[in-house]
Amino acid sequence: MTEVSMVVNGRKVSGNVEGRTLLSAFLRENLGLTGTHVGCDTSQCGACVVHVDGAAVKSCTMFALDAEGADVATIEGQAAPDGTLNVIQQAFQDYHGLQCGFCTPGMVMSAAALLKENPKPSEAEIRDYLEGNICRCTGYHNIVRAIMAASGQDVPAVAAE
Amino acid sequence: MYNFEFVKPATVDEAVAALQAEDAQPLSGGQTLIPTMKQRLNAPSTLVSLIGIDSLKGVSEAGGVLTIGAGTTHATVAAEAGAYPALAALAGGIGDPAVRNRGTIGGSLANNDPAACYPAAALGSGATVVTNTREIAIDDYFQGMFTTALEEGEIITAVKFPIPEKANYQKFEQPASRFALVGVFVAKTADGVRVAVTGASEEGVFRWTEAEAALSANFAPGAIEGLSASADGLIGDLHGTPAYRASLIKTLTKRAVTAA
Repeated sequence: MTEVSMVVNGRKVSGNVEGRTLLSAFLRENLGLTGTHVGCDTSQCGACVVHVDGAAVKSCTMFALDAEGADVATIEGQAAPDGTLNVIQQAFQDYHGLQCGFCTPGMVMSAAALLKENPKPSEAEIRDYLEGNICRCTGYHNIVRAIMAASGQDVPAVAAE
Repeated sequence: MYNFEFVKPATVDEAVAALQAEDAQPLSGGQTLIPTMKQRLNAPSTLVSLIGIDSLKGVSEAGGVLTIGAGTTHATVAAEAGAYPALAALAGGIGDPAVRNRGTIGGSLANNDPAACYPAAALGSGATVVTNTREIAIDDYFQGMFTTALEEGEIITAVKFPIPEKANYQKFEQPASRFALVGVFVAKTADGVRVAVTGASEEGVFRWTEAEAALSANFAPGAIEGLSASADGLIGDLHGTPAYRASLIKTLTKRAVTAA
């Protein structure tokens, strides 16, 4: 076991891990931050997306030891300390951007990365950016609407209405 | 996944030394290697992480040659390789955004997946692979599916791309994996045209030399109208027959010439 230290949601953390310990496992099992979901564990589904030094990554496809010294942001750090949802989370609620909710942490973290790069994405750009985030409820229309709303744009009638 | 010893050197020399350990392997972005290890198709006893080596990162242009550090991620190439737009576009189409934030050009070329995008760009551009010991011309580098000229313990440090007059990459995606079912990279230089095909052959990336000759004489989609790519040795699987892939090679080559 090797000690690894990083900053997660602004808090310094450390723990002992094996070489093979994935960042997703470190977050969930060592830190108890189970908001980061492991859907497929094969880097397809994107439920485990977190930010490492500001970049969205699939935490099931990165070793915890490679995050030594990194600044990691997870879904647990998105709301304000008093529980007030951030603008993306609130938009997911307002526009019913989730059904079962399993993919939602990854969707929200990918959306946050997208809006940082591209504050006013088009619908096509949102769909393209979410290529690596799978919603098995197939609730994509409302996820796209929520991200349009979170970016302060008019929400088009894209949903299957 | 079987456990292993994890080593994270800060320099190329330290990495080369660490790779002397028995069954040691280098780890770059890990977007292929980690899933492979989860399936126990690969079980190194030591993994040498290269992502802490700053000298392996960065994109620079000088004298018409774009040099990309081997540890540069696809996202960085997409953002910073503006001097070679076709290459930047190719990098921006690999995998998905999260994969592009981790996966690296050196990792992709060292792995030489038969359906990966970067091998087509490197072969199509006539690139040079720079390692810790030598420079390898790209025509000598790829040696069949998942096989390259790299020796055990040799590390790619950079890739040099001569910037062509025109280039374009056309990828026909396998809709589930998003890898290239077939991808064609076309580059037009003062010395002629190169056409590199990925995703199609049992032997990995290859050059379609008949098309190169025709396009060197006349860089127009109609120049290859009378040609057809051979289906011999092409991959046949549930996603497409060899004949289908052969047809795609020609179609994508024409599209790439039109778009270049």
